[in-house]
Amino acid sequence: MNIVENFDLFAPRLINKKELLSSGHRACSGCAEVLAVRLMAKALGDNTVIASATGCMEIVSSMFPTTAWEVPWIHVAFENAASVASGIEAGLKALRKKGKIDDRYVKVVGMGGDGATMDIGFQALSGAMERGHDMIYVCFDNEAYMNTGIQRSSGTPMGASTTTAPAGKVSSGQKTWKKNMPEIMVAHAIPYVATVCPSYPLDFIRKMEKAKSIKGPSYIHCFSVCPTGWRCPSQMAVSMGRLAIETGVFPLYEVENGHYRLSPDMPKKLKPIKDYFKGQGRFRHLSAEEIDKIQEKVTVEFNKLKEKEKFLKIGN
Amino acid sequence: MGKRIGMEVAVAVAEAVGLCNIDMAAVYPITPQSHIAEHLSDLVADGKIDAEFVTVESEHSAMSAVIGSSGAGARSYTATSSQGLMYMHELLPIASAMRLPITMAIANRAVSGPLNILNDHSDIMPQRDSGWISIFVENGQESIDMSIIAFKIAEHKDVMLPVNINIDGFQLTHMVEPFEMPTQEEVNKFLPPFVPHATLHPAKPVTMGAFAMSDYFTEIMKAKDEALKNSKKVILEVWDEWAKLFGRSYKPVETYKADDAEVLMLTMGSMGETAQMAIDELRAKGIKAGLVKLRLWRPFPFEEIKAAIKNAKKLIVTDRANSFGGPGGPVFSEIKSALYAEVQRPLIYNYIYGLGGRDVPVGDFTGMFEKVLADTANKQADTYEFWGVRE
Repeated sequence: MNIVENFDLFAPRLINKKELLSSGHRACSGCAEVLAVRLMAKALGDNTVIASATGCMEIVSSMFPTTAWEVPWIHVAFENAASVASGIEAGLKALRKKGKIDDRYVKVVGMGGDGATMDIGFQALSGAMERGHDMIYVCFDNEAYMNTGIQRSSGTPMGASTTTAPAGKVSSGQKTWKKNMPEIMVAHAIPYVATVCPSYPLDFIRKMEKAKSIKGPSYIHCFSVCPTGWRCPSQMAVSMGRLAIETGVFPLYEVENGHYRLSPDMPKKLKPIKDYFKGQGRFRHLSAEEIDKIQEKVTVEFNKLKEKEKFLKIGN
Repeated sequence: MGKRIGMEVAVAVAEAVGLCNIDMAAVYPITPQSHIAEHLSDLVADGKIDAEFVTVESEHSAMSAVIGSSGAGARSYTATSSQGLMYMHELLPIASAMRLPITMAIANRAVSGPLNILNDHSDIMPQRDSGWISIFVENGQESIDMSIIAFKIAEHKDVMLPVNINIDGFQLTHMVEPFEMPTQEEVNKFLPPFVPHATLHPAKPVTMGAFAMSDYFTEIMKAKDEALKNSKKVILEVWDEWAKLFGRSYKPVETYKADDAEVLMLTMGSMGETAQMAIDELRAKGIKAGLVKLRLWRPFPFEEIKAAIKNAKKLIVTDRANSFGGPGGPVFSEIKSALYAEVQRPLIYNYIYGLGGRDVPVGDFTGMFEKVLADTANKQADTYEFWGVRE
């Protein structure tokens, strides 16, 4: 039995009722990313400081002189959320040590989209993780530069049509495989890496709480359905996220000190990726052969992940 | 009073910063700033100062980290040079707009290309409009004094702006000079603890760096301009206080034998001391030469500049950078603009010199005066020239 099916029963007891990202923000209807950010804030609680990169979540939540944030929040630029967060962590650590602020433990979080994380902010993130700051970095991956109008990023999946890698008479959209960001973070030998999706709120919250409990750097990669950019109906955002997981396009797993665990939400048998592709305008142009090629890659990658889990299982 | 010691200026700057009870420093190595970073990390490693030293992976992250740290309410310091400063450029106006009192030393160095590691002012000039307080120092003593003073100016409740201190790379940073290092007790007496007006702490959640469109943006820019202009009052007060405590007085504009001078020269940074020797030589020959040294680059001291040069017939503005395809050196344009509305103003000559570490001996300064004095028909006034260029 999937626990999400009894969400109404479990949610009130398992999810923090306090809203730390308040309503009134300007996100598109059906935005799964803002749902994920809201869940993240609930999971982390009051004693959190957030450094956000430029992007959708920044502009929808902080239109001067209003703010949707109930926790301390800062935005500086596009590519530096991780380094700003690292500076906050260092500053708070020094102030706490010197007794200049109260002794409460505060978790510092950096957040950005796939462009801010995987492209322009890649170096800043790598540096912050390598330095071992006590912080969480969350990548809200909606698979393109949505804030500037759906341009391709290194997070855009093979075959997706975007405004700078469009499908055309001689092109099938994105020509490259999606950069495997969680694995790059695993290669940084940080204590905790996890993938999450707001379509699985309890798994999401558990992993966020786990990251919060770790003293050191952790990285969370959040799959964030963007109905506007993916050209799918806005009421489909949550179910589209579930299809991404059920087809293995975006597997849910976590890596603790190099040891892997697939989420219990992962199905025993994956659905074919065409089930996930068919509801999205960005994949509409793909031929059966092209979908087969992508299917083969998804299967190989998922099997690789299962092998890793087998040989590097958490608890082994 | 502090002890008189001899030390490399970059090392002394780190020692001076170490007296300021900083909470955090984020520094990325770059020649000729590196000795500041190295010595500061020594002080932390030896437990002489209680601060977090963040070894960032770039200057962009150095500035980002001190913005985060300063936003959290920690006294935060960084230092850079040349390409590093250019890499930080994007973040400089954000730091000032967020009114974060960050202090930064700049070991001034030529900007590529071609790559050159030696001194000129082409790194700081493109940062002119970033909204930072910008101070130029002339010697080792001034480098350490300003390194301490900068915190007090930046953190003053009527200022709350970042400050950069421009120290000529190699020509100053790598010189071993004698100076008086203030004691810890003296610095404690001079520099109060940092009391931020808002911090990134859950005790009182605030949003920093919000998104502002056309309905508020102009007002925010006006507020930043007013803040920077108003900071001059505090800068003067703090310098006066320093003079009372330490006996070393600083002014936005300083003059040397300028009162009766017919021809004045204007310098910024370490060239002032060499130019001073040229003035003495010229005076010995009966030429009424004088010197004006510009210490405060932003906020620009319009009144002080006007007062310092009002009686001169000719003014030589020296620049260590150029505005390519423009009106000449950036200091030259600024001075011309400052004097435009004056009824009585000198003819202005501009020499761009000492680029990429090119040596400028006393004879070059006397040569500039001689060339200007020989221009009896004033044909070269209002133009710029690359001094000593091989054509």
